[in-house]
Amino acid sequence: MEESVLGTQTDEIKPPVTNVGIVGWVRANLFNGVFNSTLTIVAIFLLWKIIPPLFQWAFIDSVWYTTGKACRGIDGACWSVIPSNIRFIIFGFYPYDQHWRPFLAMIILFGLLFYSKDRNHWTKNLGYSWITGLVIMGILMKGGIFGLTSVESTKWGGLPLTLLLSFFGLTAAYPLGVILALGRQSKMRGLKVLCVLYIELIRGVPLISLLFMSSIIFPLFLPEGVTINKILRAQVAIILFTAAYIAEVVRGGLQAMSRGQYEAAEAIGLNYYLTMRLVILPQALKIVIPPTVSILISAFKDTSLVVIIALYDLLKTTQSVLSNPDWMGFSREAYIFVAILYFLGCFSMSKFSRKLEKELSAGEISG
Amino acid sequence: MPLDNTDFVEKNLRDHVPFWLDPKKRAIMFEIGVFCMVGLLAYYLVSNTLVNLEKQSIATGLGFINKESSFEIGESIISYSAASTYGRALVVGALNTLKVSFIGIVITLILGTILGVARLSSNWLVSKLASLYIEVMQDIPVLLQLFFWYALFYETMPSPRHALSPIAGLFLSNRGVAFAVPESNPVHKYIFLALVLGCAASWFISRWAKKRQDKVGKAFPTFRVTIGIVVGLPMATWLVFGAPIKMDVPKLTGFNFQGGMTFSPEFIALLLGLVLYTAAFVAEVVRAGIQSVNRGQREAAMSIGMRPAPILNLVILPQALRVIIPPLTSQMLNLTKNSSLAVAIGYPDFVSVANTTINQTGQSVEGVALIMTLYLIFSLSTSLFMNWYNKKAAIVER
Repeated sequence: MEESVLGTQTDEIKPPVTNVGIVGWVRANLFNGVFNSTLTIVAIFLLWKIIPPLFQWAFIDSVWYTTGKACRGIDGACWSVIPSNIRFIIFGFYPYDQHWRPFLAMIILFGLLFYSKDRNHWTKNLGYSWITGLVIMGILMKGGIFGLTSVESTKWGGLPLTLLLSFFGLTAAYPLGVILALGRQSKMRGLKVLCVLYIELIRGVPLISLLFMSSIIFPLFLPEGVTINKILRAQVAIILFTAAYIAEVVRGGLQAMSRGQYEAAEAIGLNYYLTMRLVILPQALKIVIPPTVSILISAFKDTSLVVIIALYDLLKTTQSVLSNPDWMGFSREAYIFVAILYFLGCFSMSKFSRKLEKELSAGEISG
Repeated sequence: MPLDNTDFVEKNLRDHVPFWLDPKKRAIMFEIGVFCMVGLLAYYLVSNTLVNLEKQSIATGLGFINKESSFEIGESIISYSAASTYGRALVVGALNTLKVSFIGIVITLILGTILGVARLSSNWLVSKLASLYIEVMQDIPVLLQLFFWYALFYETMPSPRHALSPIAGLFLSNRGVAFAVPESNPVHKYIFLALVLGCAASWFISRWAKKRQDKVGKAFPTFRVTIGIVVGLPMATWLVFGAPIKMDVPKLTGFNFQGGMTFSPEFIALLLGLVLYTAAFVAEVVRAGIQSVNRGQREAAMSIGMRPAPILNLVILPQALRVIIPPLTSQMLNLTKNSSLAVAIGYPDFVSVANTTINQTGQSVEGVALIMTLYLIFSLSTSLFMNWYNKKAAIVER
């Protein structure tokens, strides 16, 4: 009797078709219950209403390589606005025959970024190669030596300008931010008040007010005869702005350090400077790498605000193409293109930040 | 005695350590040095500025506020004309900033909550769509989004003559969105009064109900009763006064709509850009808040026999809100700060009006200072609220 029961049990009973495979997945994830089924149907209906016309507009009825006039009569997207003006959109007023220089500089930047992605490459040599890379990029952009014709920075524009403002802005803001964070954590009352005031003041106002300050008040600050060009002034505003945010992030890292670390450093007789440089900051700054990448992302997006003070960054070059009578009215296409560029930049950075966060927290658990 | 010994050593040290090796004195000297440097820098900048202003013969001080502005502002909540003062123009700008921020915050909260919940939905399609939206919107600069919506509105909407009218009384054209509103009527004042009264009454009722429940343990259907009062009282007032339903419908006269209410394309583009961008961030905040409440909380509440609505109200929300509110307020503040981008598409917010003022009077220092002051007031009041909330919501531990 028992044997036969066991016998029937070992016979495999397959689950019903409705619970496995595609059908099972659809039932479990799209049609479990009345509410979810309704949601799915509504969502599919909306997608069906939106996607096919959009696809038709963007790919079927669209034109890619025509003149602006040929675009007027068609129903679809006029992507021609991008290939026809791509060099102006990307490089702005940089001399046409010298475009290879900012192009090469950007390639070096992307190469360095790509190489730095791997944490195994984070050594002293990487730091040196970044410094060398930045110098080479600067020489390429500015020229004037090694037989390169000199290009005034007022002519810099487009994507190189956007990248310069955000990456150089973050690099320069970082040390300032760390100093501010240390000041805020310091035991010296007056210094602390000064740092808190700076950080809260900057974080309380929109970036645009600082950019206004850089473009209209900053010239008043300087003695007569001294002028600083517009790009540098905007860069200073971005640095001052970003530093306050970095300071708050670094403060988070400093607060996460246990008291024991300070006490241990004191016990072996390290002074304040050595305690910070050898014990606290290396640990605190490592914790805050992911939020720092988020600040880089915001800085990258925020550089677009320089449009308002009439610097020719990526967005402004696009706008000036659109103000050309030949290409007027094709804003959607041009803005979508710029949006894709920004999206690619931000998305890859945020993906990297998330990966890093996972790696760092995993490292903490294992040891 | 060791104690005496250390005392002796300390005293000895105090007497013999030169002051530049005493950490306390050194700190004070360092501080004085920093303050001197900051002071010198400030003095240098201020004196340069004053010299430059004098050379360019630009007035200083806030005297311009009482002068005639002589520029028009496209939209305004209070009456304003070119003959009004700069002060009034700035108030108009500040009100416009508040208007777009307030409406924006309300819509963002609703949209962001829906998206955040949708992101956690067990429905695969809905969850994927929500996360796609969040990812894409977060990664595109808000200024670019503003330009996009503005261009879209301007380039694809028909002229007022061929305005789209999806619902009766609503007109979409490149001059903005015009819609019908109830015709102004003295009854509205009473309805508003009734609403205020209703709110006050429900506040008292909920307090009384809580007190009674604490005392005798008897629950009172507070939610249903207060909703009834808040909705019912104005409705009753409206009915008592003969239920006026006449609408003020926008009519096409000449090149534009007259009557009803109109939102300008600039306002719509700004609102759309701010809401769609910030909602993506709010959605992430809401998602994190909901995920922060342990599953066991819901299960425990269910096991002691609570029903779904009280579980949400008394167990889940109080814990989730503690996580949600602080980042949420900072998102609301971000929206308000980002509304300053209005200047790029020509919506007359505070920054835009201040910018015009600067261009006309040349008093850039005062103008930028005013902009910063207004936003500092916003952010200071937000952080005061946050401190109050954090104190109130802090976990009371035994």
